[in-house]
Amino acid sequence: MSKIEIKNIYKIFGPKPEQVLPMVKDGAGKEQVLEETGHTVGLDNVSLSIEEGEIFVCMGLSGSGKSTLIRHINRLIDPTAGQVLVNNVDVLSLNAKEILEFRKKTMSMVFQRFGLFPHKTIIENVAYGLEIQEVPEDKRKEVAQGQIDAVGLQGFENQYPAQLSGGMQQRVGLARALATDPQILLMDEAFSALDPLIRSEMQTQLVDLQSKLKKTIVFITHDLDESLKLGDHIGILNGGRLVQVGRPEDIILNPADDYVKAFVKDVNRSKVLRAKTVMTKINKFDTSGINPSSTYKYDEDTFIEDLIPRVLKDRSTIEVINKAGTTTGYISSEELSEALTKTN
Amino acid sequence: MELLTDPSWLYDWPKWLDIPLMKWVNDGFKVFNEEYGIYFEYVNNFLLGAILSLKKFLIMLPWPLVIALVVAIVFFSSGRKIGTTIFVGLCTFFIGFLHPRFWDKAIETTSIMLIGIIICVFIGIPLGISMARSVRVRNATLPVLDLMQTIPSFCYLIPGIMLFGLGAVPAIIATVIYAVPPLIRLTDLGIRLVDTEVIEAAEAFGASDKQKLLGVQLPLALPNIMQGINQCTMMALSMVVIASMIGTRGLGDEVLLGLQQLNVGKATEAGLAIVLLAIVLDRITQAYGQRIQERNTAPK
Repeated sequence: MSKIEIKNIYKIFGPKPEQVLPMVKDGAGKEQVLEETGHTVGLDNVSLSIEEGEIFVCMGLSGSGKSTLIRHINRLIDPTAGQVLVNNVDVLSLNAKEILEFRKKTMSMVFQRFGLFPHKTIIENVAYGLEIQEVPEDKRKEVAQGQIDAVGLQGFENQYPAQLSGGMQQRVGLARALATDPQILLMDEAFSALDPLIRSEMQTQLVDLQSKLKKTIVFITHDLDESLKLGDHIGILNGGRLVQVGRPEDIILNPADDYVKAFVKDVNRSKVLRAKTVMTKINKFDTSGINPSSTYKYDEDTFIEDLIPRVLKDRSTIEVINKAGTTTGYISSEELSEALTKTN
Repeated sequence: MELLTDPSWLYDWPKWLDIPLMKWVNDGFKVFNEEYGIYFEYVNNFLLGAILSLKKFLIMLPWPLVIALVVAIVFFSSGRKIGTTIFVGLCTFFIGFLHPRFWDKAIETTSIMLIGIIICVFIGIPLGISMARSVRVRNATLPVLDLMQTIPSFCYLIPGIMLFGLGAVPAIIATVIYAVPPLIRLTDLGIRLVDTEVIEAAEAFGASDKQKLLGVQLPLALPNIMQGINQCTMMALSMVVIASMIGTRGLGDEVLLGLQQLNVGKATEAGLAIVLLAIVLDRITQAYGQRIQERNTAPK
């Protein structure tokens, strides 16, 4: 069973969404609905399943409905139609009191503009989730201190958010979200407001944290490079519709439509494609021509970025091995050039 | 029939085309006063008691002690700003320095205002909060606030006198009607202006409405609410001066006296004393709000 299941969600903004729903269900486009009824289609028949422990990236341009989608998971927004299941519980069936409990226990959220409380110190901000859960003060200070240490903000505990830089503020946001030890982390364009160097640093920090914590993370972004770097799976939204879901290499190699194609056109493929995706399988590779002394073994999950110097500079062949150490395939300059230049 | 043959009624407004609102209101008010006057008596006694005891207490204190108290309040509420503190201390001193009689009068004015402001806070802040939370309440309240702000103050001073008699109590009622709208509006605005992402953050952690209001919305709206209290104070002061015309004692009656005697010097002195009192009250109420504001938007 998936951790989060979203089934046929529709969200229409406007005074009378129910009346517009049939029209949207019949396949009317976003512009048509806006013109004829004045209602805005936020989400149009979106279905997704997100597995436990993965980073699911939801990508799209502004207005594509990605922020609306993420707010359905913790029910900050109610859908016009459809179902949201978290841990196999229908979120929409919860009453007002249950929904508060559900938010406290199950998930927390990180925001684009950080959403920190300007009147609280850093440590009070980080402890906020626990404060809401009425955890005693000394206990929540202790947990908050641990999270502050984990994101490397020791010494800033008693500062106010406005005294910190953007990158530091977002680390506070991350620490605050992790302090309640949630199963699910919702990150709404969490790194979009940061400058490129800090953003890259934060991405790396998130990947590191995730390798230890194994949370289920739903990450929203408009940046393809970011989604490729972070995502185990990526869902691409356009105009409220989900146009493609897949692993990063699926998106790169088999874009579903022109919209996705336009997105992936300028991607640095060597940073996304892994050895196992581009190799020729062992049974199909002609091993007679290779020189064993210039053959190097690499793990199948290596990005081909790391193989390029070996293959091109040392004119060697890569022997791809799986986790058990068995050879599964080979990569020579031929495979590399095909992987890097293939256009769809 | 005559209407058709004689068109003169089209040129001058005819006498018979008149809604007898005046008579209705007067009759209604008379019945109201007879039926419920006794309750207003209670309110009157209560408020009068509150004003008198506050006034007696403040007048009983030696004047240097009162100045010292004002200085201490400003010093701590402004976050230990020396300049502001000295300035406000001097202003307070000059009220008595202008004319020894002004000191007790200023205290009398302040007592009436303080009671009025306390009532304003108890009405204004809860009402502002409920306006921010419910569109219905806001739609119902806004026209009433518009009415309160546009209706000339004498229109409610007169029924005030009839219900409470001459003196301080109708002045307080008029003060509340006149001074509470900005506090209500600024409380409502302050709460609605709190960053939506911050509110969403609180909601995402499962904060209940009460936790959200007390822990996030009110503290963040506080600079605006303090601004509202500041506005409320200034308007209350101007109303207390107007209320001298219905026999409210205080600095206002000095102005009125100067006016009646065509004594320019007297009116100037009294006017200056009111300005000084306004400055003192303004600094006290602004200092606190400013300090919170500075912390929330500390420079990078």
